[in-house]
Amino acid sequence: MRKEPFAMFSRNRCLIALAWLALATSAAVAHDFGRTATAEEIRLWDIDVRPDGAGLPQGSGTVARGRQLFNMTCFACHGENGVGGIRDRLVGGIGSLASENPVRTVGSYWPYATTLFDYIRRAMPYFAPGSLSDDDTYALSAYILALNGIVAADAQLDRTSLLKLKMPNRDGFFTDPEFAALKWPQ
Amino acid sequence: MKNPDRIGPPPQRDVQPSDQSDAGRASRRVFLASAGAGVVGLVAAGVASAESLADVPPRQLGAPLSARSERSEFVQLGRIPESTPGKRNVDPMDAINSKTPLQDLYGVITPSDLHYERSHSGIPSLDPALHRILLHGMSHKQLVLTVDDLKSMPSVSRIAFLECSGNGWENWKHADPGLTAQDLYGMVSTHEWTGVPLSYLVSLVGKSADSTWMLAEGGDASGMARSIPLTDEILSEAIVAYAQNGEPLRPAHGYPVRLLIPGFEGNMSVKWLRRLKFGDKPFMTRWETARYTSVMPDGRARQFHLRQDVNSLITSPSGMMAIKPGYHRISGLAWSGHGSIVKVEVSVDGGLHWRDAQLNTPVLPKAQARFQADWDWDGTPTKIVSRSTDEKGHVQPTRDALIGALGTNAVFHFNAQQTWSVDAQGAVRNVLA
Repeated sequence: MRKEPFAMFSRNRCLIALAWLALATSAAVAHDFGRTATAEEIRLWDIDVRPDGAGLPQGSGTVARGRQLFNMTCFACHGENGVGGIRDRLVGGIGSLASENPVRTVGSYWPYATTLFDYIRRAMPYFAPGSLSDDDTYALSAYILALNGIVAADAQLDRTSLLKLKMPNRDGFFTDPEFAALKWPQ
Repeated sequence: MKNPDRIGPPPQRDVQPSDQSDAGRASRRVFLASAGAGVVGLVAAGVASAESLADVPPRQLGAPLSARSERSEFVQLGRIPESTPGKRNVDPMDAINSKTPLQDLYGVITPSDLHYERSHSGIPSLDPALHRILLHGMSHKQLVLTVDDLKSMPSVSRIAFLECSGNGWENWKHADPGLTAQDLYGMVSTHEWTGVPLSYLVSLVGKSADSTWMLAEGGDASGMARSIPLTDEILSEAIVAYAQNGEPLRPAHGYPVRLLIPGFEGNMSVKWLRRLKFGDKPFMTRWETARYTSVMPDGRARQFHLRQDVNSLITSPSGMMAIKPGYHRISGLAWSGHGSIVKVEVSVDGGLHWRDAQLNTPVLPKAQARFQADWDWDGTPTKIVSRSTDEKGHVQPTRDALIGALGTNAVFHFNAQQTWSVDAQGAVRNVLA
């Protein structure tokens, strides 16, 4: 007499278990999107350089080499010595930020030298981004920093020396209160 | 003054109903273009009062059906390419953005081809078959996805505005009286966006709990990249979108895949998306250090001011239109990155007295809302202005209040009340307040 309901219960439970199994299986199938990226191909695309130096490659470049490159490929837009071009001014403006007309340049405004390296390597020159070698990117960074008096005119820049630089406006930023609780670079 | 037809001769009264000549059609085009562009004035009124139904052209067989619906030959709509502030109608090669004709649109949905455009190195042509999205960094899995993978995933659609944080940058220091609503505020648009919830992708790769920021990088020439704070709000609302207004994204807007973060500055909604990297700090790209940061009066810069604040403007009547005494229907747009607009007030006496405008429904969170109010203008010079309030209680500031808080060098995130002056001749012009 009591066997039947029990059997029913058992069968129901069995069906429920099967249903869950089916769901779990279909969920597993549904989540099987894409493929695993290989370490090698990630390296091709993982180009960002962060203030703590993560992503900064080996290599080096001198101010002299940077001047040579700049005068070949950059001055048409940025002007001779990084001033007076049709695109962003790169040099000067230090001390102008609290004035009526702030001049925002690499020297007066950019807080991290790592960002300069990152941006040149990913986005410049405008008509052929990604074409500069790591050595040439160091060289151009060195030249622009030298024009701003941040490194010496005979400087050579590499991963270690670039990381040691403190940009003039490094402490000139404050975080919007809404996001200040999230983590920040040291 | 975009349409040269508007300064043409008044419509000919002797155009016969049977006149299907080019001249007849051209004169009708002059009339409609003028009316549509806001130069209603005496010309249109004179024609309307004298016109008999007998003058209306007879019905005739129409054009063959086609694969796409084009705009009427009587409608002229277009964006305006701009380089730096104040440099408009430039050679497209020099343009860095292209502004939506807010004063010519209705409702809240922006037509796909008129959504404002902002890019940092042109518009790439990306073959979806060859496009890939890499998800990596602080996550359990490192995945490569195809566009088809994304389209196979659960999708969401949402109507949301997108706004460049430089919108309104013309009015920080002074008001050029020659500017239209489009010139001033044409870097905001509203679309229905469709794609995969970011949260779905985050689950898919198993983001580390310690990852609080995500780098989003585009496949454009400059590899435009921004750090996205992974707050609960952004994780629950962001979309990896592949469609706009029911069709695949257009190239100018990120085809085949873009990020869409409702309520936050447009630059974060990275177009031509090809990489999401999970990290535990901001990546400090050029765009979030040198570019989209705001210089305060003391010279320090506000960084990661990401949310688009409560905003509104009257789009009709608006800058460079001409009105005449009598009845007018004020119409405009309001929006807030904090959520839904709950109230828009208008003043027709320069802010002395305010009354509630009517909000067209539905009013959606982080989408533009259309408001309207009627106004009987007695012909005396005045100023008209709107101010919006959102569901979190934020009230659109006066210009004085905004400048008082941010100074005049912030460049980005201008959301002050927009005042239009109306002179005795009915000329509507941009003024500071």
